[in-house]
Amino acid sequence: MRPMSTTSSKTPLSHIRNFSIVAHIDHGKSTLADRLIQSTGGLAEREMSEQVLDSMDIERERGITIKAQTVRLHYKANDGETYVLNLIDTPGHVDFAYEVSRSLSACEGSLLVVDASQGVEAQTLANVYQAIDNNHELVTVLNKIDLPAAEPDRIKEQIEEVIGIDASDAVLISAKTGLGIPDVLEAIVTKLPAPKSEGGDAAPLKALLVDSWYDTYLGVMVLVRIIDGTLKKGMTIRMMGTDAKYTIERVGVLTPKMVNMDALGPGEIGFITASIKEVADTRVGDTITEDKRPTDKALPGFKPAQPVVFCGLFPVDAADFEDLRSAMGKLRLNDASFSFEMESSAALGFGFRCGFLGLLHLEIIQERLEREFDLDLIATAPSVVYKLFMTDGTERELHNPADMPDVVKIAEIHEPWIRATILTPDDYLGGILKLCQDRRGIQIELTYVGTRAMLTYDLPLNEVVFDFYDRLKSISKGYASFDYQITEHKEGNLVKMSILVNGEPVDALSMMVHRMAAEKRGREMCEKLKELIPKHMFKIPIQAAIGGNVIARETISALRKDVTAKCYGGDATRKRKLLEKQKAGKKRMRQFGKVEIPQEAFIAALKMGDE
Amino acid sequence: MQTATLTAIGDGMDPGFGVYVHWPFCAAKCPYCDFNSHVRHQPVDQPRFVSAFLKEMEEARELSGPRSVTSIFMGGGTPSLMEPATVDAILQGIARHWHVPNGIEITMEANPSSVEATRFHGYRAAGINRVSLGVQALNDRDLKFLGRLHNVEDALKAIRLAREIFPRMSFDLIYARPNQTVEEWERELKEAVSYAVDHLSLYQLTIEEGTPFYGLHKAGKLIVPDGEQSAVLYEATQDITAAIGMPAYEVSNHARPGAESRHNLTYWRYGDYAGIGPGAHGRLSVGPGKIATATERKPEEWLRLVETYGHGMVEREALDLEAQSDELLLMGLRLKEGVDLARWQSLSGRDPDPEREQFLIDNGFIERLGNSRLRCTPAGMLILDAVVADLACP
Repeated sequence: MRPMSTTSSKTPLSHIRNFSIVAHIDHGKSTLADRLIQSTGGLAEREMSEQVLDSMDIERERGITIKAQTVRLHYKANDGETYVLNLIDTPGHVDFAYEVSRSLSACEGSLLVVDASQGVEAQTLANVYQAIDNNHELVTVLNKIDLPAAEPDRIKEQIEEVIGIDASDAVLISAKTGLGIPDVLEAIVTKLPAPKSEGGDAAPLKALLVDSWYDTYLGVMVLVRIIDGTLKKGMTIRMMGTDAKYTIERVGVLTPKMVNMDALGPGEIGFITASIKEVADTRVGDTITEDKRPTDKALPGFKPAQPVVFCGLFPVDAADFEDLRSAMGKLRLNDASFSFEMESSAALGFGFRCGFLGLLHLEIIQERLEREFDLDLIATAPSVVYKLFMTDGTERELHNPADMPDVVKIAEIHEPWIRATILTPDDYLGGILKLCQDRRGIQIELTYVGTRAMLTYDLPLNEVVFDFYDRLKSISKGYASFDYQITEHKEGNLVKMSILVNGEPVDALSMMVHRMAAEKRGREMCEKLKELIPKHMFKIPIQAAIGGNVIARETISALRKDVTAKCYGGDATRKRKLLEKQKAGKKRMRQFGKVEIPQEAFIAALKMGDE
Repeated sequence: MQTATLTAIGDGMDPGFGVYVHWPFCAAKCPYCDFNSHVRHQPVDQPRFVSAFLKEMEEARELSGPRSVTSIFMGGGTPSLMEPATVDAILQGIARHWHVPNGIEITMEANPSSVEATRFHGYRAAGINRVSLGVQALNDRDLKFLGRLHNVEDALKAIRLAREIFPRMSFDLIYARPNQTVEEWERELKEAVSYAVDHLSLYQLTIEEGTPFYGLHKAGKLIVPDGEQSAVLYEATQDITAAIGMPAYEVSNHARPGAESRHNLTYWRYGDYAGIGPGAHGRLSVGPGKIATATERKPEEWLRLVETYGHGMVEREALDLEAQSDELLLMGLRLKEGVDLARWQSLSGRDPDPEREQFLIDNGFIERLGNSRLRCTPAGMLILDAVVADLACP
């Protein structure tokens, strides 16, 4: 069991501050959060591990935050009063923008953290605009000022110019060394507003369902922000959106340890448990009220997160199918934004078609399945959601190129577009403009902030899901930052490109492409597969085709010589072990007719360079 | 030609029981060699090694039980660095532990650089009846490149002596050297064939991990013929040896019919063999199963183990049926005679996948010999490792 203790205290509104931290990835958000926890005594020194709030291994390794986390801090301010500070740590990556938005809606203010040498980046912008949309007061924090490259004055100017907020009183800190942390705490109290409550603690309960997650010991836990009224243990609550009723078993706060409370009052943020079976039973953004004395007006709520990228996940070993199903079920307990349904592929057997919020989300889920559940997976080409308008007047969604109906029945195909913001040092601008043009981008805006260019482009999502981000990073040597939001579906001249290996179509490699880009993509695909498929005892033609027309072809020549020259008594063991490895390797390959395709080919074939 | 008692074929393809003795020392290490060989600058205490060899035989005899030996092989390293008395003592030791019929093949490897007539006579007197000479090349430039201590003159002298003194002899050549053209190799091989008696081992140069050549190759400073060129060289080798009546009976071994190496046939027919000495491997049938043994590779450490524990064995693995079926296949398909399918089936518990077998047959890589044997065609032999992997896969 986790350590747990009980405290009872309802804090007056004037002594509460609820805030988030918004920042670009790597600008030091999580380190700052750790420092705040440490300096307010939320955890003993020995309990501090780096980046306390990133609890998953993947989060720590990759230095990213996936799930929003929350922590309640007690801070004795310079005015002698003790304040309750509720911090909601938010993910920085675009794939998890929905987490950011709902976290922000539970707070009144934000710390805007900007790296004092790198300055404003694309995610800084995306996140800060969300904070402004949520009427947040902002405290600007310049981090990493201990680094020799730090230029706080220049960055302040840049913030004022690009974001249009006053940065003159920005707090200068180094989260790494702890420099300036007391100033941050003081600024939270003096510059951020206290929460407001129209009804006060006696009014009918009105609380926002901020988030929910699955805890191995306690089951589904729900993070709530109280707007009006008091939420108590034993109370029967009603979710206004789903109309489901639950009796509250436990009320508490996270420090980040769980601390049980008797009640939570207006302005407070805490958790409840109430025998809720699945995370999917809770709707983030829902309004929680008391069943017998309900509030008359629900909160506006959030738009649910929609999967935008789909791909097939198949077990390498068909016998692992049931294990995969159960692993996915477990992951979904904690991540309702990830969806899956069974799929069967002629090439890969039984697996699942899965929906993700973006490419990073896809990678993370795949990695967690492989790591936490010890599964070997084959992922197929990511696909976006196409809208098909049929000649008979019906409309349908296409998640998988393999399901593409006969083209004569399709009137129009619409594909999702995004509006992308890219910030880059102007040295790389030329390369990035070319990349965007090559990916069918439409330039909306190009402005300069000092020597940094800020580009706004409309791009088809299908051109972005493959390797756009990798390419962008490589063109800009890692200096460009990128963020996007989905805007609309637009008609596109799209075709399904099939890949044939030794004359047989490999459904898992088929993809939707723009007609104009088909030849190039087909050629690249054939070249890549030629590299990835080992030589066989016979010649293997690889073809890319649209309908019956072959648009590109390559040939893998036959194996000419492959025989060990010396093999005597002392070599038998080594040769046998090699053979065992080969046999195991063959098991991991997929057989198409007589051709064995290594599983890496399915993923690597999609990461095609433009070089 | 030798007497009938020395011929290997006509034995009903009996896998046999061989004894292998490893002498782990060389005068110099060749840059392509990944065998267990060591260079020592002080003289090696040969009597001490003899005692250890004899001791280890006791252990091997325990495992093998009483058996009749079909061949003995002294390999290395450079066994011709052994004193004739050392060889004599080892052979006598073998005869004390197992039944050694008269006239069985007893081979010793020798380097042209360490050949002296008196020593050769001594080995012959001790019982060696076949030598295998590491000639490797017939031009001084390539001998130097291969790190050999001898020149062509030494090689020819050694061949002459060996032919005089031993009833049977063979020698090795390494081809597919950097920049070697087919014409050059054909010329060299034809010359070699004129010196040969009835057996030749012709190996393509292989870049082995952990050798000086491996580092050079990786750094791009040593370029070996590519797949196409080495295939052409291989095919030329088959044609020339077949034309003079010494066709390949194994991937790299050529003999007049009846002059095959009895000892090496035991390996490829997946028979039993006891491995004596540092870094030696063995395969011994125990009841219905088979165990794989290997001894410590470092000579001094091996000595210490044998003197302390009575043997230098560091690996002793009971091979399951699948492992045995794999070894049978990967060794057996190296032979022109192929493998006994019934034997493979009884080990693996299955038939070859019929679709895959038919595919390999249709493409001319393998063929059936009656109902009972499966073998590679010449085309299949060129891609043997791929064929084996295909057939071994369930």
